[in-house]
Amino acid sequence: MKYLCLIYSDEQLLHTSPDSPKDPECLAYAEAVQASGRMLAAEPLQPVNTATTVRMRNGKVSITDGPFAETKEQLAGFYLIEARDLNEALQVAGGIPAARVGSVEVRPVRELKLA
Amino acid sequence: MTLNGQVEAVYRSESRRVLATLIRVLGDFDLAEEALHEAFFVAVQRWPEDGVPDNPRAWLVSTGRFKAIDRLRRQARFSPLLQEQADTLEAAQWSDEDVEDDRLRLIFTCCHPALAPDAQAALTLREICDLSTEAIAHAFLATPTTIAQRIVRAKGKIREAKIPYQVPSRGELPERLDSVLRVIYLVFNEGYSASTGTDLTREDLTAEAIRLGRLLMELLPEPEVMGLLALMLLHESRRPARTSANGELVLLDAQDRGLWDTSLMAEGCALVEQALTTRRFGPYCLQAAIAAVHAEAPSAEQTDWRQIVGLYDVLLRAMPSPVVELNRAVAVAMEQGPTAGLTLVDSILQRGELQDYHLAHSARGEFCRQLGRVGEARAAYEKALSLTQQTPEKRFLERRLTELKSPRQ
Repeated sequence: MKYLCLIYSDEQLLHTSPDSPKDPECLAYAEAVQASGRMLAAEPLQPVNTATTVRMRNGKVSITDGPFAETKEQLAGFYLIEARDLNEALQVAGGIPAARVGSVEVRPVRELKLA
Repeated sequence: MTLNGQVEAVYRSESRRVLATLIRVLGDFDLAEEALHEAFFVAVQRWPEDGVPDNPRAWLVSTGRFKAIDRLRRQARFSPLLQEQADTLEAAQWSDEDVEDDRLRLIFTCCHPALAPDAQAALTLREICDLSTEAIAHAFLATPTTIAQRIVRAKGKIREAKIPYQVPSRGELPERLDSVLRVIYLVFNEGYSASTGTDLTREDLTAEAIRLGRLLMELLPEPEVMGLLALMLLHESRRPARTSANGELVLLDAQDRGLWDTSLMAEGCALVEQALTTRRFGPYCLQAAIAAVHAEAPSAEQTDWRQIVGLYDVLLRAMPSPVVELNRAVAVAMEQGPTAGLTLVDSILQRGELQDYHLAHSARGEFCRQLGRVGEARAAYEKALSLTQQTPEKRFLERRLTELKSPRQ
């Protein structure tokens, strides 16, 4: 089963708190997940001030600056993993170094219903 | 016993066990519940002719499993996915071993921390205690629709997010057990001290919580499980003394200790001792130990308050919380007098904590009253009164306020 682990954090604190992970630690964890065979994809994201939101309404594209919603915590990165069940996914999510500063939302991936 | 009586007896003793196993075998709560009902439906028809089987539980699981596969096959005409599910289920063998573990699996799944806390409690009462949605709604002062939605949502999450039907591994156990104990204690407290409403205790919920505690104790006798069961039994033992004949709240120091249930007390005290000897005790054992010291005291004055304060000190280290601090302050006041208690309560309130907790203000009122600081006492009781919804507690505070107005001070 696929799970998307969304890493949220207050961008102001993500790299400045005493517990903030440095990039090599993040890479090492990603490699460990890869080695366990559960990794599908994982990437860190640029801060939300680089975000652009696109909407399509009545055939017209609307483009606005900024994230979809202004929130206290911003999306900072993600892991897409393959796990046996939620417990295993939560275990992987809990090990993501940024979980010490922010939080990780774990969402099961939905299968498209095509039949 | 009539045959219907026998089926009913089997339902009472086995239905939750059969359900727990069917959930494992079928991998789905709703499918398992339907299968359980169909299995009993068949039993009512067949047992009069064939007699009650030697192992009714295995018979019921196997009949339920067969009925579920049958049902999937009938629906499979419209969906190849169901066909696949039916094939997988049919191919999988089920064993009658491991059935006690199924009950634990059910408990840990219903109390999985990934489910909302109120949904954990509702699901536990529905699946493990077999309470109807109406009964749960009544107990939690919610509408049956709300409770039903909570349960449906929780089952949906178990299915979609794939919460496994498992007893947690050793490493995960302490944290996951906490979640189970929290649900049981929440059910107990909801029954013991309803946060709103007119009845001070709702016996059904306390009885269910104790039943769950006993079941968990039978399946997983960890020290904190003993501690929680002991704590509930000791609280429960005082219930007859906690309200007067006309429904007024009676505080611990004014309770008629002759009304305490001595057999529940003895059972609770024995469990506390057993738990404490393991040396692996936590917050529930410590709270139970405090309750046990009260239980052993012939009166409030003759209570070993020094020991209680000492136990609160340990509890505060294990579970730092302003509510525990407040309880400790009350014990300190009993040991050293109201001035010491007042200082402690004021320091909590000055930190900005427990401002909206009625018991903090009512404790402050009590200390001030004992010290003859009538104006302050009245203000504190009035503040407490504005913060509680519970009728017996309101009446208690109103009584205190009336006493303060009368000139016999």
